[in-house]
Amino acid sequence: MRPAVSEAAARCGSGAEGSAAPAVETVRLMRRFGPLTAVDDLNLLVPAGAIFGLLGPNGAGKSTTIKMLTTLLAPTSGSARVLGFDVARQSVEVRWRIGYIPQLLSADGSLTGYENLLVFAKLYDIRRAERARRIQEALDFMGLADAADTLVRRYSGGMIRRLEIAQSMLHRPAVLFLDEPTVGLDPVARHTVWTHLRDLRRQFGATILMTTHDMEEADQLCEVVAIMHRGRVVALGSPADLKVTLGGGATLDDVFVHYTGTAFEEGARYQDVARDRRTARRLG
Amino acid sequence: MFVFLRQTLAVAEAEVRKLRHDPMELLTRAIQPLLWLVVFGRVFGRLREIPTGQLSYLDFMAPGILAQSVLFIAIFYGISVIWERDLGILHKFLVSPASRVALVSGKALSAGVRAMSQAMIIYAVAALMKIHLRLSVGAVLGVLASIALGAAIFSTFSLAVACVVKTRERFMGIGQVLTMPLFFASNAIYPLAMMPAWLRGLAAANPLTYQVDALRELMIDGGRSLFGLPLDFAVDAIVLVALIGLGARLYPKIIT
Ligand SMILES: Nc1ncnc2c1ncn2[C@@H]1O[C@H](COP(=O)(O)OP(=O)(O)O)[C@@H](O)[C@H]1O
Ligand SMILES: [Mg+2]
Repeated sequence: MRPAVSEAAARCGSGAEGSAAPAVETVRLMRRFGPLTAVDDLNLLVPAGAIFGLLGPNGAGKSTTIKMLTTLLAPTSGSARVLGFDVARQSVEVRWRIGYIPQLLSADGSLTGYENLLVFAKLYDIRRAERARRIQEALDFMGLADAADTLVRRYSGGMIRRLEIAQSMLHRPAVLFLDEPTVGLDPVARHTVWTHLRDLRRQFGATILMTTHDMEEADQLCEVVAIMHRGRVVALGSPADLKVTLGGGATLDDVFVHYTGTAFEEGARYQDVARDRRTARRLG
Repeated sequence: MFVFLRQTLAVAEAEVRKLRHDPMELLTRAIQPLLWLVVFGRVFGRLREIPTGQLSYLDFMAPGILAQSVLFIAIFYGISVIWERDLGILHKFLVSPASRVALVSGKALSAGVRAMSQAMIIYAVAALMKIHLRLSVGAVLGVLASIALGAAIFSTFSLAVACVVKTRERFMGIGQVLTMPLFFASNAIYPLAMMPAWLRGLAAANPLTYQVDALRELMIDGGRSLFGLPLDFAVDAIVLVALIGLGARLYPKIIT
């Protein structure tokens, strides 16, 4: 059914091993930066097909976790598997099969939208005929066909995010990692991104693991959330369950405050806040 | 293997496409070497003190200035890598299945292409200045190869430095400190024979020296390479391979 694709591209499709193994599994995963333990003894299990949210205030260790799962950062100790492959020892196997959208803006402003897609299609070794088709499909899917030949530095923040999602789906990743996908976006752009993520999952069956510190986003999008605080998971469950556990018509905000303390900015260093603001400004 | 090549080309293609969107950048970057040629070359050409063999001083220094212009641009290549890291562009490349060697080689290749296009501008001006250029196809191809090799070497070196120092401020400081010694501890604007022994020792360890040596023969009518073209290219090719190995090792460290 699938047209002829390169061996590499075929490998990153819905890998057979992926259906058996959980999308993500970490065992006592830990990462230190000097004296600071950014991720502490983390045990996570993300079932295939889920939209899983990693929640937590600034500095909780969400980005560090994602960087370890996407093979960007080596764990200090413990282990993590993505689709059954160890992120440290089988990093290339992992990389063929995942997509990643960093917290920072990752589309290249000095290229057009089309060129941004083209380069990544080539990096993932998608063959020529298939490439053209997938790029066109991604542009249409994300509503960017008209802007394909515009330099990305002229895009709005919402368009850039959509382009990044388009980039990340070209090779049909089995797991998609998104780090704060809607930070700095206006409400309309945020809702558009949510809709696209839901569609993406429906159409391609990808597992989505995203971080956010926005409760509404978690409530709207995620089936399971893990609340992180100071590098540890302090609560785990569906948004509905977590609210019920707290009782008395609690909102997810209440749950968040309950588990992480009231101070939203607690634990966040100047650097983290500055970075979020910077991202927001660039997007705004 | 072919996957490796395709990925290398994909990285280089991205850079070349950026150049196409901003061709003015190439022009502005050609200004500095042109000043060197026009002002420095003319003035020093009046001195008869510098023993340049049968070449005029202007003919002697033109290859050196070409190599220098390549060096000065390539050595700051690391800045763009740090910039891409700050933006988050680099993260996505590192998460792609392309090997680190392919990512670094692609960058080196694009620096080579960029340098070749700059060389054309310098060539045109050199011709106007009546510098005695060798214009045979073989010679010009040789010049282009030598320039691409030099740009690849110094841009990869720069990338490796960027991965270690990590911030733009520190990198700018180090870049300034590196360029002048690389330039002056070479045969770019005076012959090796003129140097004190210690400087000659440094120059012999400087890849720029071999690049200039090759360019002298390839570019100038009547110019002669001191070490021979095979040795010139072999030394610099080995240096490049070593640097790409080092760069590939350091590349992932830039994001931590
Ligand atoms: N490269 C780094 N070097 C030193 N400390 C870091 C580095 N990256 C993150 N940290 C620290 O680790 C902690 C967790 O950061 P991060 O994972 O970015 O949190 P989050 O994404 O939840 O906001 C923070 O205190 C942060 O300052
Ligand atoms: Mg973060």
